[in-house]
Amino acid sequence: MIDIIIGHYNYWIVILLMMAGFYTVINRGNLIKKIAGLNIFQTSVFLLYISIGYVNEGTTPIIAEGFTRYANPLPHVLILTAIVVGVSTTALGLALVVRIKRAYGTIEEDEIHDKDMSL
Amino acid sequence: MIEQNLCLLLVVIPLIAAPVTAMLPAGRSPWLFTLVITWLCFALSIWQLTIVLDGSTISYELGGWAPPWGIEYHIDALNAFVALIVSGIAAITLPYALRTVEKEIQLQETSLFYALFLLCLVGLLGIAQTGDVFNLFVFLEISSLSSYVLIAMGKQRRALTAAYQYLIMGSIGATFLLIGIGLIYAETGTLNMQDLHQRLQPILDHRTVHTGFVFMVVGIALKLALFPLHLWLPNAYKYSPSAISVFLSATATKVAVYIMLRMVFTVFSTSFLKITHTEFIFLILGAFGVIVASMAAIVQHDLKRILAYSSIAQISYMVLGMGFASTLGITATVVHVFNHALMKGALFMAAGAIVYRVGSSRFENIYGIGRQMPWTFAAIFVSGLSLIGIPGTAGFISKWYFMLAALEQQAWLIAFVILLGSLLSVVYMWKIFEALFFHRLACTAPPVTEAPLSMMLPMWTLVLANIYFGINTELTVGVAETAVRLLGVTAYHE
Amino acid sequence: MKHNLVLRFITKYLFPVIALFALYVQFHGDYGPGGGFQAGVILSVAFILYAMVFGMETIEQVLPLGLLRILASAGVLIYSGTGVITLLMGGNFLDYDILSLRPIQGQHIGIMVIELGVGITVSAVMLIIFYAFSDRRNHD
Repeated sequence: MIDIIIGHYNYWIVILLMMAGFYTVINRGNLIKKIAGLNIFQTSVFLLYISIGYVNEGTTPIIAEGFTRYANPLPHVLILTAIVVGVSTTALGLALVVRIKRAYGTIEEDEIHDKDMSL
Repeated sequence: MIEQNLCLLLVVIPLIAAPVTAMLPAGRSPWLFTLVITWLCFALSIWQLTIVLDGSTISYELGGWAPPWGIEYHIDALNAFVALIVSGIAAITLPYALRTVEKEIQLQETSLFYALFLLCLVGLLGIAQTGDVFNLFVFLEISSLSSYVLIAMGKQRRALTAAYQYLIMGSIGATFLLIGIGLIYAETGTLNMQDLHQRLQPILDHRTVHTGFVFMVVGIALKLALFPLHLWLPNAYKYSPSAISVFLSATATKVAVYIMLRMVFTVFSTSFLKITHTEFIFLILGAFGVIVASMAAIVQHDLKRILAYSSIAQISYMVLGMGFASTLGITATVVHVFNHALMKGALFMAAGAIVYRVGSSRFENIYGIGRQMPWTFAAIFVSGLSLIGIPGTAGFISKWYFMLAALEQQAWLIAFVILLGSLLSVVYMWKIFEALFFHRLACTAPPVTEAPLSMMLPMWTLVLANIYFGINTELTVGVAETAVRLLGVTAYHE
Repeated sequence: MKHNLVLRFITKYLFPVIALFALYVQFHGDYGPGGGFQAGVILSVAFILYAMVFGMETIEQVLPLGLLRILASAGVLIYSGTGVITLLMGGNFLDYDILSLRPIQGQHIGIMVIELGVGITVSAVMLIIFYAFSDRRNHD
């Protein structure tokens, strides 16, 4: 039982962050808070990838004298790409929020909905 | 040298053209440059299809690294078919886009608009060509990000909220796909699709593999606009610029159908689909999607919204075909991917022509417009007949194959749903015909002339292609059958 | 913020240090954490810090928006251009072995050039995003 909690603590952290981020995206009405939640959600996925890439007693994956075991470099490369994608999505989302504020005057989702329906 | 690197050039040529287009001065030159590039990609994709038509495959290693260490482009008939559809629709949309972009996008933004169009094309073609799962995710995000911006360039301010909602839902979908890829990678250690297929076979009962599969399917379903996850699609298609409505409706969701086919049938196998009973989920969601989306289409007051809900219904048909998990079912799905691109492309082109002349697509503004724009209305009429499934048009072929797949498995309820979907499409198509042609003119409408020739020619090319591919099915059904054979789907046997 | 003496001094002192660190991260990506993306972000941070303390007009004189857009496109073209050069020299796309007589040196050259392209594009894009968000011309 203890092994499930302590041995897999990386997965527990991933699940916690994932659910926190996902809940924020769905529940919060403020557009910027949604983007922040999306960011937390994506960060949890990065943690998942990196934590499964660790090799026991492995060192950094750069060839050096005297080391035979290296950690897996592929997840790091995948996460670098995914981080760039996440940054682009965040920048795009925030730019859209700036334009929405300029067009509607508000960034609360229900107020925007009312303004659309009242036309 | 070109033949050796053919599958790669399809992705690299628009990739180099996109930043060059961003640097061009505003005016006609971005459009002309993009036109040349898309026509070049179309020619290359036709060449690629002729190479793999007989069932052979092309394998191309990026960077000289052999798979599974390196990224590999593995082209078989299905890849080449999807690449043909994407580049073909792009090539047809560009002549159409000249007039509508001039009217809807501000002049200083046109070079960026065409650069983003090329980036979207890069993403979609890259998805069609790649044989590596993570590379597929990267290209999916490239195409999604550029399509968010392209949708946000619509004239009305609701385009911004539509793009924002699509961004949130699309990013969640892509992140789910990323989680699925991560779990599968944790189990097998490879990212190459062919290698994954072999390494997953002995471990198919592990819970991690099931979880990864679920995350992948849900993520792709969000991009696909499968029934409960379709909320972003009507707004996105309604408020985007006309050329983007045409391009995205005919390609983006079809490429997501291709991703689903590739993931479910190549990476995991057909037997996995049956073990986890995913086929029932596809059947149920597809059936509900057909009925609910068609009924939602009937009560809309706007032409583009009816077409958007009809797109959701047609995509649900394709998912139904996947749910059958037999040769006939997947053949029907692949044929419908092609035919629906033709049908919806023509319909959205006609809707864009009406918006170009009138300025709105709400029914109250366009009553009776069909009498003043007879050629546009004729295009809507023929494409509408194809959507319903009248014999002699392309839509009939796909509906026929769907019915055959349903009857082969004696799924009477699903066959009834397919027929009911066709009847409901008759209802909303008749609503369009009646409003456009038989209704008296809207009082506020000034007299309009026919759509310009640069918009009429691409529209009628697609309409005539509809009729041609409804009569001569050698290309579509032949390629579909080769593709299905290579996917490893077996015929249904009880 | 330019009235605060401590901020002014520290920013003027830190700007070249940050830029140097960005170049270090860029070219040591082979042997330590680093590479194009990280270096691009750090370099743009130097400019953004200067703009936040001294005002945007100062960096707009050095890096106008048109130049940044051209730099962003140029970085992507450097990356794809390297791939096309390897194609023209006979190998596959991005097959760095072809680039030099010894394959290892070819790999080194290839990686360095594409990371340079990535670094240029990322720093230009980060600055363009900063310009777009802090631009006061069209604000209400």
